[in-house]
Amino acid sequence: MRIKLLAAALASAGLFSGPAQAQVEIQWWHSMGGALGEWVNGLATKFNASQKDYKVMATFKGSYPESMTAAIAAFRAGSAPHLLQVFEVGTATMMAAKGAIVPVAKVMADAKEPFDPKAYLPTVAGYYTDQKGNMLSFPFNSSTVMFYVNKDAFKKAGLDPNKAPRTWKEVAVAADKLKAAGQECVYTTSWPSWKHIENFSAWHNLPIGTKENGFGGFDTQFSINSPAHVKHISMLGDMAKKGQFTYAGRTNQGDAKFSSGECAMFTGSTGAQAGIRKAAKFEWSINFIPYHDDIVGAPQNSIIGGASLWVMAGKKPDEYKGVARFFAFLSQADVQMESHISTGYVPITQAAYEMTKKSGFYDKDPGAELAVKQLTNKAPTANSKGLRFGNFVQGRTVIEEELESVFSGKKDAKTALDDAVRRGNEILRQFEAANK
Amino acid sequence: MEKRVVFRSAWLPYALVAPQIAITLVFFFWPAVQAVWYSFQLQDAFGLKTQFVGLQNFAALFKDDNYLESFKTTALFSLLVAFSGLAISLLLATMADRVLRGALAYKTLLIWPYAVAPAVAGVLWAFLFAPSIGIVTYVLKGWGVDWNWIIKGDQAMLLVVIASVWKQISYNFLFFLAGLQSIPKSLIEAAAIDGAGPLRRFWTIVFPLLSPTTFFLLVVNIVYAFFDTFGVIDATTQGGPAQSTNILVYKVYHDGIKAADLGGSSAQSVILMFIVIVLTVVQFRFIERRVQY
Repeated sequence: MRIKLLAAALASAGLFSGPAQAQVEIQWWHSMGGALGEWVNGLATKFNASQKDYKVMATFKGSYPESMTAAIAAFRAGSAPHLLQVFEVGTATMMAAKGAIVPVAKVMADAKEPFDPKAYLPTVAGYYTDQKGNMLSFPFNSSTVMFYVNKDAFKKAGLDPNKAPRTWKEVAVAADKLKAAGQECVYTTSWPSWKHIENFSAWHNLPIGTKENGFGGFDTQFSINSPAHVKHISMLGDMAKKGQFTYAGRTNQGDAKFSSGECAMFTGSTGAQAGIRKAAKFEWSINFIPYHDDIVGAPQNSIIGGASLWVMAGKKPDEYKGVARFFAFLSQADVQMESHISTGYVPITQAAYEMTKKSGFYDKDPGAELAVKQLTNKAPTANSKGLRFGNFVQGRTVIEEELESVFSGKKDAKTALDDAVRRGNEILRQFEAANK
Repeated sequence: MEKRVVFRSAWLPYALVAPQIAITLVFFFWPAVQAVWYSFQLQDAFGLKTQFVGLQNFAALFKDDNYLESFKTTALFSLLVAFSGLAISLLLATMADRVLRGALAYKTLLIWPYAVAPAVAGVLWAFLFAPSIGIVTYVLKGWGVDWNWIIKGDQAMLLVVIASVWKQISYNFLFFLAGLQSIPKSLIEAAAIDGAGPLRRFWTIVFPLLSPTTFFLLVVNIVYAFFDTFGVIDATTQGGPAQSTNILVYKVYHDGIKAADLGGSSAQSVILMFIVIVLTVVQFRFIERRVQY
């Protein structure tokens, strides 16, 4: 009894460090369901076991837009989490909310945790860094878009299964042969805007918008109606008309069309690999996304998708220390490598990439390395380091609507992309006005 | 034939309606007033910066062709949902009313879908009609129909109408059945003796006597199509392809909840509120006159 009293007295006096002291809790809201959710929980558990002062509580809050909405509502009500996982299209919205977030660079500096943004792959870090070079959010899970080929279908159509098409011209040749061989669905894609507008632009070193794709300021405008864009989208429209391109939907519905063997060629996220590996009853390969060889400078590099972790404002200094400690934990090369191998997301630091290379993982699974090679194909330019458009959740919906009107034959590519630019710019102006 | 109950106490009637009024005020009027207030504002997502912009949000909406297009889509959608919903459930109710054996089983099965959430109803039908794996798609393919609502706008519209109607049929069915059962059998029998066939009996006796029910259901169904169907749409087409199923309420949901544009979304919901007020007034002033109570 006396010992207990003494302990309580010491603890309340703040002298007693150790298990008796209440741990500082850090709330982390994320959007990783299923197997990825287990990965996230694993990271939190591992961190919690590695030290005694802080406890990270990971909570699944639904899809990316859902958890962002939940966090915005919570912030307005004064009960935001410490950490929030936000998908890449929400980046500009978060960045503009200066009073709602704390830049990662500041969190790390305040807590005196060592942090080197240069340790990250440039295409990854660039996406989340401001013009002055401060990293604003912590890169967490990054993917990019890859080109998948059903080798069995290629063999059946008399094509060389080990030579995946590299250019869209070669895709067209393969598509004709596949169609002639009775392949019902020749090519499909997931995430149409991300693949065919955003990554298409980066891969061909074309601007998606003015002001360095929006990095240079809110007064940016879309430029996705250039002749090259029109040519690409109208090519897809023609393929759709000829029955060589099957539209699957706005998110990842294309994944299942490829893994079930329905479609012979497919562009989708690196993250689709896990599902394909599990479901596919055929030989397949993963490749660089095709490019147009008549566009000078192509291929450049692809850009990332995925999410980063944002630190929300209005918390106690002690809690920020815990956040910084957690980030330091996540930055370790072995933690990164484990994440890369278990999830299929790309390794986001150079050290983790080198470490994975040395471990021999890529010898067994060369596809896993291709994503990194594609992201770092060339040093990123102003056109290919990413994009930063306000209200891009709406912007992307507009682009997708207009693309659908091309794929269904309602509009020609030029009209649709002009409309996308006009409607998209209205959204950008709205965002600019709201964030003056 | 109006019934009037007169309370002697001065305060009792107010006390009795007070809970209902409180709920209406808190859950309907307060949010509605807030929506009107937000619709004059321009806010960033986190509510850190708020500007009063007057009617700018509304002006932006009416300048937008796609928003205007969405009115047409909504009108088409609501008409389809309300009319096919009413027609099918009236047919089912008349049938069920005539069933002698196992009536309870039929009725239970017909009422069942009402317990299903709109989003679940949407997913269910989306599965049946899924472009590559749906059972219905498979059958349609056998008949030579190229079914792919992912890219074909009219098929997408058909899908969301089917899902929305299916969910609402039970509700309509219940009211129609109750209405049918309250029609005096003697009237119908008299007509039958006079030599009127079943169809004629239905159109000259049953249908006019059902008109209060039909009118009530028409109002309810139009409101349902306007407001409650975004769950179905979100779970299936999400307004696409292009914008062929982007009804007004779904755009409110998308812009406000998914895209965190509170001002624009509130302006849309104010417009929507206005439309429904007008519709209801019109229905009560003009259509109600033709209703025989």
